[in-house]
Amino acid sequence: MRIAPKYTQRLAVALLGGATLLTLLVLLFIILFVLQKGLPAVTWQFLSQAPRDMGRSGGILPVIVGTFLLPLLAIAIALPLGVGTAVYLTEYTRETRLTRVIRFGTDCLAGIPSIIFGLFGFIFFVVILGFGWSLLSGGLTLALMILPTIIRTTEEAIRAVPNTFREVSFSLGATRWETVLHVVLPNALPGIVTGIMLSLGRSIGETAAVIFTAGSALRMPTSVYDSVRTMAVHFYLLAREGLSNENAYGTAAVLILAVLGVNLTAYWIMNRFVGRHT
Amino acid sequence: MTPPNSIKIAVESLSAFYGPDPSLRNITLPIPARSIMGIIGPSGSGKTTFLRTLNRLNDLKPESRIEGRVLLDGQDIYHPAFDVVSLRKRVGMVFALPMPLPMSIADNITYGPRLAGIRNRARLDNLIETSLKSAFLWDEVKNRLSSSAMRLSGGQQQRLCLARTLAMEPEVILLDEPCSGLDPISTARIEEALTLLKNQYTVVLVTNNTKQAARVADRTAFFLMGELVEVDETRRIFTVPRDSRTGDYVTGRFG
Repeated sequence: MRIAPKYTQRLAVALLGGATLLTLLVLLFIILFVLQKGLPAVTWQFLSQAPRDMGRSGGILPVIVGTFLLPLLAIAIALPLGVGTAVYLTEYTRETRLTRVIRFGTDCLAGIPSIIFGLFGFIFFVVILGFGWSLLSGGLTLALMILPTIIRTTEEAIRAVPNTFREVSFSLGATRWETVLHVVLPNALPGIVTGIMLSLGRSIGETAAVIFTAGSALRMPTSVYDSVRTMAVHFYLLAREGLSNENAYGTAAVLILAVLGVNLTAYWIMNRFVGRHT
Repeated sequence: MTPPNSIKIAVESLSAFYGPDPSLRNITLPIPARSIMGIIGPSGSGKTTFLRTLNRLNDLKPESRIEGRVLLDGQDIYHPAFDVVSLRKRVGMVFALPMPLPMSIADNITYGPRLAGIRNRARLDNLIETSLKSAFLWDEVKNRLSSSAMRLSGGQQQRLCLARTLAMEPEVILLDEPCSGLDPISTARIEEALTLLKNQYTVVLVTNNTKQAARVADRTAFFLMGELVEVDETRRIFTVPRDSRTGDYVTGRFG
């Protein structure tokens, strides 16, 4: 028996809407749960003081600083490399067996578990190159980890730029590099920013790769050779060692709010400066 | 400046290929300076391919190649020593669909001049004004030069594209069916601009609209299936064509 289209239509709306609602509810539940358990611990002192007694008391200021410095360093390293690779693959080479192999390679790299990157970073940056547990080792390791994401999102964004824009630019006497710089990259920027945001989220929340390479020092870092602890690592250590559940959830609450803040800022910047001429 | 009635572009035995079969076969066509050369013919006759060999835009397609020569002021533009970027500064192009870059009106105009190294603000402002006036767009946009070019109407966008090409102060202007997406009033504005421009520039106008060629072109070439059937003064092409296929096409019996 065939169900009338108007009922299947209603059923589809109900199921799709239900799926959306369920996703939102789960997300909301997690955020509210963490905030409800964590916010009582979040005071001005918590945000502005150094931890005391392994984090049982005191604040998390150096941890907040570490949480922002490490991903920023990682993106500062990975962005020029990733965007450069993507531009080269899309604008300067033809689609050949070699570019397909490179693309397959980046896809494989994207699927490697972060602990493997942590292990590699520990052996290569920490031990062989002698950078020790440091911002530098952690930043380089996270950079390798997010590189595939940046390359692929940038590639997709560049491919989405209409070819006619390139032809117009060439017809006005631009070289390929000038076309990339003035036409292709500005128009691919929203896609590139998306890649940065994904990478930022992934590296802010990373623990395994970070513990192995950046260490977990609670001091305020003063150079790239200093070990740092990120909020995700701090939460993990506080909770695992049973040092302080209140401060662990306090850290988690700050982390969630920080990620939210970074995302909102990024969207604001995009709307303010990027969408102007489209 | 090249004197009038001398040959600005000499196309000699030109064939163009995207695959094994030529899209253009053995075209020989002299294009006189400071006049409008109209190119007519049905779709797929190679008009656009021909136009894009004149500023080497076909080079961007890796599978394309040509045989024969294209001489600009006597110099072979396909000679390995010829600089493609400087060629495109001398030979400007307006595309079939209005293609403003997603930036402001002023930035669209100054894109080419800036790349050519012009940084002086007063000089750039002057280029913006003169080129927009030549394209009959100045009065409509002079108060919103910094707003997005994407918000202009189709007809305005196409005149902006013409102004953008003029701002490079080229010697030759190639137009690829510039009015195919425009209403009759916008078309009239573009044609008006073109008839004034030919005093200064060499214009090659590809058009699907034979009446447009009849209205503005000094000489007209008829292309059919990649071959140049006939080229003559526009008046003669439309009244006493030598080839019967030309006559059939311009009177609308096919195409």
